[in-house]
Amino acid sequence: MASASTARKRLPSRPVILAMQVGVLIGFFLLWHVLTATNILSPFFFGTPLAVLERTFKDFASGAIYYHLGITLLETVLAFGIGTVAGILFGFWFARVPLVSAVFDPYIKAVNALPRVVLAPIFALWLGLGIWSKVALGVTLVFFIVFFNVYQGVKEVSPVVLANARMLGANSRDLLRHVYLPSALAWVFSSLHTAVGFAMVGAVVGEYLGSAAGLGYRIHQAEGVFDTVGVFSGMLVLTIFVIIIDAAVTFIEKRLLHWRPQEAHTTNAQG
Amino acid sequence: MPESSTASPALALDGVTITFPSPDGRGRSYTAVQDVAFTVAAGEFVSIVGPTGSGKSTILNAIAGLLEPSGGDVRVFGESLGGINRHAGYMFQADALMPWKSALDNVAAGLEFRGVSRGEARQRAQPWLERVGLGRFGDRFPHQLSGGMRKRVALAQTLIVDPKIILMDEPFSALDIQTRQLMENELLDLWSADRKSVVFITHDLEEAIAMSDRVLVLSAGPAARLIGEYRVDLERPRDVAEIRMTPHFLDLHREIWAQLRDEVLKGYAQTKLQ
Repeated sequence: MASASTARKRLPSRPVILAMQVGVLIGFFLLWHVLTATNILSPFFFGTPLAVLERTFKDFASGAIYYHLGITLLETVLAFGIGTVAGILFGFWFARVPLVSAVFDPYIKAVNALPRVVLAPIFALWLGLGIWSKVALGVTLVFFIVFFNVYQGVKEVSPVVLANARMLGANSRDLLRHVYLPSALAWVFSSLHTAVGFAMVGAVVGEYLGSAAGLGYRIHQAEGVFDTVGVFSGMLVLTIFVIIIDAAVTFIEKRLLHWRPQEAHTTNAQG
Repeated sequence: MPESSTASPALALDGVTITFPSPDGRGRSYTAVQDVAFTVAAGEFVSIVGPTGSGKSTILNAIAGLLEPSGGDVRVFGESLGGINRHAGYMFQADALMPWKSALDNVAAGLEFRGVSRGEARQRAQPWLERVGLGRFGDRFPHQLSGGMRKRVALAQTLIVDPKIILMDEPFSALDIQTRQLMENELLDLWSADRKSVVFITHDLEEAIAMSDRVLVLSAGPAARLIGEYRVDLERPRDVAEIRMTPHFLDLHREIWAQLRDEVLKGYAQTKLQ
């Protein structure tokens, strides 16, 4: 205990850590550059960092990437929105009606155990190669995360808090609004980072497997012509995209969950 | 009984028995309290003491209407209780504040549940926060308050809806002794300003005597029964820290403890057996 806290105190200040983090990034690109420049790693298979950065910059400068970014963003947002709303509704229903959860329990578990990626071709068949097959894949991923968290959140409402609200005169509608919903939302938000991530995975994997637009499509295209630089550039854009979305989620989370003790937050590595 | 008021008492328990089915649904059921009968007059402060596991909280839950007795009858102002007791406010032993609401919104909650608009409820909650000394802490969330402050918020939350009966389940047991005596005095002040019936559960006999008009003693469980009733004729207003030194308090304490001690020992033996 004591050693842990003194070890934490000995950590250098934030700017120093930030400088070290930037150092790691530069070091990684330098190593990549040196290895490919000296042909120890073939630039054909590994690309070169300068070419990747140049390609990425060009894509943004020419504006070619924005259309694909927009498509992927739209799919992600739709998958996240639909999956979350459905997850909340079903989570509440299952938690409040024990018979439903008892009957459907094995099926929920079975569907959740199924690797959702194998559904992508089916969705492409059903919904075509447009955005909706990707949204459907994302929804199947997001839904279960939100569903299980809402179910847990409603089930684990403190019985004392519940009894207290009832004694204060809350009817079942008040209980839903003032007790069950906030409790469930706390669980939903604690899984928000994962849910957004999965919505993204659904969109990109869907695009990768068959589409005419989006970041996954671009990576797939580049791969098809052995354009390594294009693949890495696509991955770089994807990474930046995820970091921005994650920051937005963190911002929303802080606004909506400011009632929670600070240590409950799991912070992703920043910078 | 010396009470000769014509109106029916605030609370009347008659032959209340509470039996829980065994957890696995097969084995023997567990009778927590058996054949408990007592009354609480309007404006009376009654404490129930008893050893651990004697079903004190169970009785309180039955009075609150959170638990239906397996036998017997709970009457509130003469009417048989079915469902939640609308005349009662309940201060729980554990933290019962809604963690997602600020202190002010927690106090306002009871009014909101009664159909008061949010704005008006918050306006009426502010003076209550001030009354428990937390006027400047309205925007804090429960996790940002100390244990004593949370109890004050809970007290304001319970009192704002003006219950005729207040049920308290070891409300101050988690507090340190200084904070606890402060809270006890504050509670007595609030109570004497606007006399309500109080049923106060505690395992601390000194606290029970210092606060109450009457002390009821429960036997060790299972199937705990009421085995003693003592009138506390100490004058009010009282200071809970000072009153403990008076000779009459010590006499009362000696008398009740003589009975309670045997039950505590029995209760201790029971828990050791399990």
